[in-house]
Parts: sequence; structure tokens; C-alpha cells
Amino acid sequence: MKSTSAKATVIATALLALAACASAPTGGGGGTGTTATAAGAYTWWDPYPQHDAGSAWAKRVNSCGQQAGVTIQRTAYDTTALTNQALLAGQEGNAPDVILLDNPAVSTLADAGMLTAMADFGLDTARFDKNLIAAGELDGKTYGIPIGANTLALYYNKKILDQAGVEPDSIKDWASLGAALKKVKAAGKKPITFAGIGTEEGSFQFLPWFWGAGAQLTQLDSPQAVEALELWSSWLKDGLAPNSVISNSQNTTWEEFLTGEFAFAENGTWQINSAAKAGFPTGVVQIPAKDGGAAPTPTGGEFITVPVQKDTKRYDVTKKILECMTTPEGLVETGTTFAYYIPSTADGQQRILAQEPGLKPWVEAVRSAKGRTSDNLGTDYPKISEALWTGVQKALSGAASPADALKQAQAQAKQAIGG
Amino acid sequence: MTSLRTGTVMTRRAAHAAAPHRRARRWTALAFLAPLLVYLLVFYAYPLYRNIELSLHDYTPRAFIQGDPEFTGLENYAKILSDGAFLRALGNTALFTLGSIAAQYAIGLALAVFFQRTFRLSAVLRAMFLVPWLLPLIVSASTWSWMLNSENGIVNAALQAFGVGQINWLTSPDTSLLAVTVANVWLGVPFNLVILHAGLQNIPAELYEAAGLDGAGAWQRFRSITFPLLRPVSLITLLLGLIYTLKVVDIIWIMTRGGPADASTTLAIWSYREAFGTGQPDFSPAAAVGNLLILIAFAAGLAHVRLQKEGS
Repeated sequence: MKSTSAKATVIATALLALAACASAPTGGGGGTGTTATAAGAYTWWDPYPQHDAGSAWAKRVNSCGQQAGVTIQRTAYDTTALTNQALLAGQEGNAPDVILLDNPAVSTLADAGMLTAMADFGLDTARFDKNLIAAGELDGKTYGIPIGANTLALYYNKKILDQAGVEPDSIKDWASLGAALKKVKAAGKKPITFAGIGTEEGSFQFLPWFWGAGAQLTQLDSPQAVEALELWSSWLKDGLAPNSVISNSQNTTWEEFLTGEFAFAENGTWQINSAAKAGFPTGVVQIPAKDGGAAPTPTGGEFITVPVQKDTKRYDVTKKILECMTTPEGLVETGTTFAYYIPSTADGQQRILAQEPGLKPWVEAVRSAKGRTSDNLGTDYPKISEALWTGVQKALSGAASPADALKQAQAQAKQAIGG
Repeated sequence: MTSLRTGTVMTRRAAHAAAPHRRARRWTALAFLAPLLVYLLVFYAYPLYRNIELSLHDYTPRAFIQGDPEFTGLENYAKILSDGAFLRALGNTALFTLGSIAAQYAIGLALAVFFQRTFRLSAVLRAMFLVPWLLPLIVSASTWSWMLNSENGIVNAALQAFGVGQINWLTSPDTSLLAVTVANVWLGVPFNLVILHAGLQNIPAELYEAAGLDGAGAWQRFRSITFPLLRPVSLITLLLGLIYTLKVVDIIWIMTRGGPADASTTLAIWSYREAFGTGQPDFSPAAAVGNLLILIAFAAGLAHVRLQKEGS
């Protein structure tokens, strides 16, 4: 009897323990290095684990440290892990001197009181493009500066368009795009692919169509929004886009495009190099708005932010590092180091165009782009975005009609923001 | 028995000895226990406490950093239970978990019985069945999602050869839960195979011989000997399978992200998504969902103890 109850206790404890392991939140791993801020060493986090210590990017970061008279200890995490690590570090009070944050995360961390406003240590933000820096603003203060920007456009496979008799310049609005897609299908090729995955990437890819129809993120079920979602759904229904777009990430979409079977792919600035190396000639057109003209595309790209430090004397050097990273030459260098960053100031954009005229469509796209957290959405954006991508998934998978899916999305967003 | 008795005699004798000596021995015992106790406290008790604490407060990112979360009592639980997604997630969890462990157990048991006989290359073959266990999950889950891809997947290609039309395994709300369950069954079979195979080794061969002499066929031998004698092992296998499956996040996350539109969202996926899946970490509701999972696992554990008592 006694042994059974003892056994019961042991099993119960083990169960609790097992289950506890499963659900206790843990900080996403993936990073190495320490946050110890030894004198003379400044810590720097960024979301570029693909650039190791010997890379051109790491050297560039180091040289900015040297110019400011300090050494920089750089640690790279992947994007989601970086936000979690930043939150944990903020809680422990040992945040690094500089974090490069994905732009929607800036308002979240700024709202948490973790970031120093740029004005507080005298950094001038006037020279940055208004539409780009908007993502770093919260309640009238600027909490970060864009080190560059990327956005979306339509890549096309020139070989397929020639076969199908489609002129890229003819794509001016949704109607002409639709006609082009049908021509490609008639020629026996796959017309278009995009990423409709149930994450932030899905919303990011849907926004150009959403905004291009004239919809606003504050009203997810407006008639314009429904039109945009009906456009995407009709592509699936008519066989113009593959069903796999529902679970496609932007990378998967790009892999599909690189097979050479697709005429168009919606993708970003970061694929410029890869497109140049593809086994077929490629080109880029801007995503059209419904009634013509370029649709506003969402801006992507990282912001340099400065977490609050107990020792405020550190800000002087941090400011020097930030300035070094964002001089016109610095922005061009960052842009070319990554090969996919458009400088975030007019000055920088002119310089990079002088160097690489081929980037012109991208520079234009970035100029007409719009921050996701702009329109003063700030920390509400992630919640609205989650509702939006869920609605897109419902409509594309046929679980609900576009109108119903967006009605539910609006209700979900409203509840999430209100609560 | 004898050793037990001498044990008591010795303790009694020890009681007559000097008290400080006994106290010192108790301290030594505690010292030996200490590493384990510390380990349990740091790695089990504290995370559990923290999880409960998270779920009873409103931890926005701001509150998380400032350390001043508002105490909201059971509000997070109330919100979750009244959320439209809850029943769906609970149903999905039940289907996913019960479907997975039933199929894993049945297939594992069939294979274990099959491998009871040794034949040429049986050891090699058995080892090969362990492969799913050895592969990193990211590899097997990605492979499954490629195989089940709507347009280019090998599964659809094979089905099309038999005239079946395209099935959108991962992107249709009707099939995505089934697809992730199948992948999870494949992952869990080796575990069931190994434990059940080990359990079979403990059944005395004489029983089968005797049954054979009495004229029992293969099926009757399985029903009257193998299955009943395997009961304790079966119970623990199913229980461990249940706990393991309840908390599965990775394979579903990699294959469908819980989608399309929540069609394959289980409680564990829901919890993970709230905390880490969006740009806005919501630790409190995530912890509340996690605690519900702990309760479910705990209830299953108690049921197991009960069943075991009945068995013995």
C-alpha cells in the first residue's frame, strides 16, 4: 500500500515536471556570446546570423567601433529570437548598447520603456525619409533610425513573358495584371506565386494589395479590403497561383520562382543578387494598385535602437557609432554590403543610384512604401496583423468567403486591441 | 525479509547509541540529497511556479520589463475558456493526441510482435525502424511537408498515378490536422516499438510453449498471453505517449503553423503562438494555456495510477 502511494507521488511529480518543461516559456536560443559590458567594449546585437565574424558586415560594424575608439562585441540572433532576447535582457537590466531591430518590434520595445529616444542623446533624425522613419516613432518621439530599407515588388521571368507575349510595362493596374496572368496560363506556364503563410510574412505580402485597393488597417472588413482578398482567392480558384501559397514562406516562394516555371513572384529587395544569378533573365515591376499606379508596399528592414543604460555616459560613444553607420557613405556601404538595402536618406539613395543604376525601381518602391506600424498603429499593429493573416488563410483555404473571413478578422482585431 | 529484520534491529541499536552521532548521519544524508533537491527546485519547482505566476498577471511586454504586472487573478483563464478558438483547439488536441497514440501503439505493438521472432537481418531491420527517432525534428518535419506539398509533393504524385485528384494536405482545413497526425505517428512508432519489444522479452517463453501444447493458435496466444501480460508496459507506454504528444509543438509548427486558419492548432501550438509566434509576445495567456495542458497531463497521470492499482 505504502509503496503504491509513494509510486503515485513519484509519477505525479514526474508528470508535472515533464509538462512544466513543455510549457514554461524559454528564451529562444540561437545566440552565443555574452552581454557583459566590459569597459571599452560596446555590445551590439543584430538579426544577421548569416554574417559571421569574418564577414564584410562584421568588419563594417567593427570599423565603426574603432572610429569611436571602442571595440564592439557583436552577437547575432535570428529575428524572432532577437526580440525575445531583448525582452529578457531588458528585464534583467543588462541590455546591450545597440540593437538592430526589425521595424515592427521597435514600437513594442519602445512602449516597454526599453529604448532611449534618439532626441535624448542628440541624434538628428530629420534627414531620414519620413515614410521610413515613421516605423520608429511612438507618441511623437523617435526611437530608432533605419539603417536601410527593403520592400516588395513583382519579379518576373522574362523568358516566360516573352513566350506568352506579355509586355512587363503593360502591367499598370489589377486588370492588366490579371490579363497578363491569364496569357501566361494559356501559354502553359504557371502564372504567379506569393507567400500567404500564417505568420507576419503573410501579412507583409498581402499589404501591397490591401493598401493598393485603398483599404486601411483600422478597418479590416472594408469593401476595399474584401476586393483585395477576393483578388488573391480568385488566383487560387482560377489556377493562376498554386495552392501551396497558403503555407509558403517568402523563401519557399522564391525557391518556386527559381525553378523557372513561374512567370511572376512577389518578393523583396533581398533577392536582387539571387535574381541576377538565376538561370533565366529576370526583371522587376512595381506591384500595381487596383486602379493604376504603384501600390504602397510595406517597408521592411532594421532600425538601430539604443536600449536604456544605467550608465548614461555610454551614450556619447553610442552616438558616434550610430552616426558612423548612417552617414551617406555609411548607408551606401551598408546597402552594398548586404546587396539588398536601399539607403534611408535622400542623399544616400542618390549615391547608391550613381553607383548602381539598376536599383532604380527599388529606390522608387522604397520611396512610395509605408511603414506597417505607421498611421499611429504602433503596438496595435502586431495584433491587427495576426487577425489579418488568419483571415487571409481562411479565405485562401476555402474555410470562409473573403467577406466573412475579413469580418471575423475585424472582430478578432478589435477584441485584441480592446483587451 | 531477513535482511529487513536485521535492518530494524540495527536501527534500534543505533537508537541506543549517542544522539549526536545520529544527527550527524541525518545531516550527511541531507547533504547527499541536496544536489537532487536543488536540481528539482531550480529546474522543476521554480519554472512551474513562474508559469503559474505569469498566468495570474497581465504580462504585457512593458510589464515584463518594468516588473510591474497587474494582478488579474483568473482573468486570463476566463478569457481563454471563453475564446472561440478554445473549443476548436481542445478538439484538435484530443484528435491529434488520441489519434497519434492509438495508431503509434497499434503499429508499435504489431512491429514488436513481428520482431519477437529472430530471422535474418531482423536486427538490422529493427534498427532501421529507429531512424525517425534519430533524425532532428526540423529535418523530418520539413521532409514531411515537402512530401505532402499540394503541387510538387511525392504523395500527391503517387496518388495521381492511381487517378486520385490533388489533395491539399497541408493547405486545406479538412486535411491539415490529419496530415500532421500522420507525421507524428511516424515519429512515435519507434518509441512504442522499443518499449513494447523490451516488454515482450519479459514474458516467459514457457507460457507460449504450454499454450502451443494446448493447441492455441497465434491469435489466441496473442490475446490470452501477450496482451494481458504486456498490460503494465502498455499502460506506461500509452501514458508517456500521451504526455509527449500533448506538448508537441515543433512538428505542427514547422508543417502548418497551426493553419490554415487554426485548422491544426492544438493547445500547445496556441500557447506557443501567443508567446513567440507573433510580433507581440503575450506571455500571460500563453502560460495559462500551458497550465491547462499541465492539468490535463496530471489528470492522465492520476488515471494511470488508478488503473495500475486496479491491475495489481
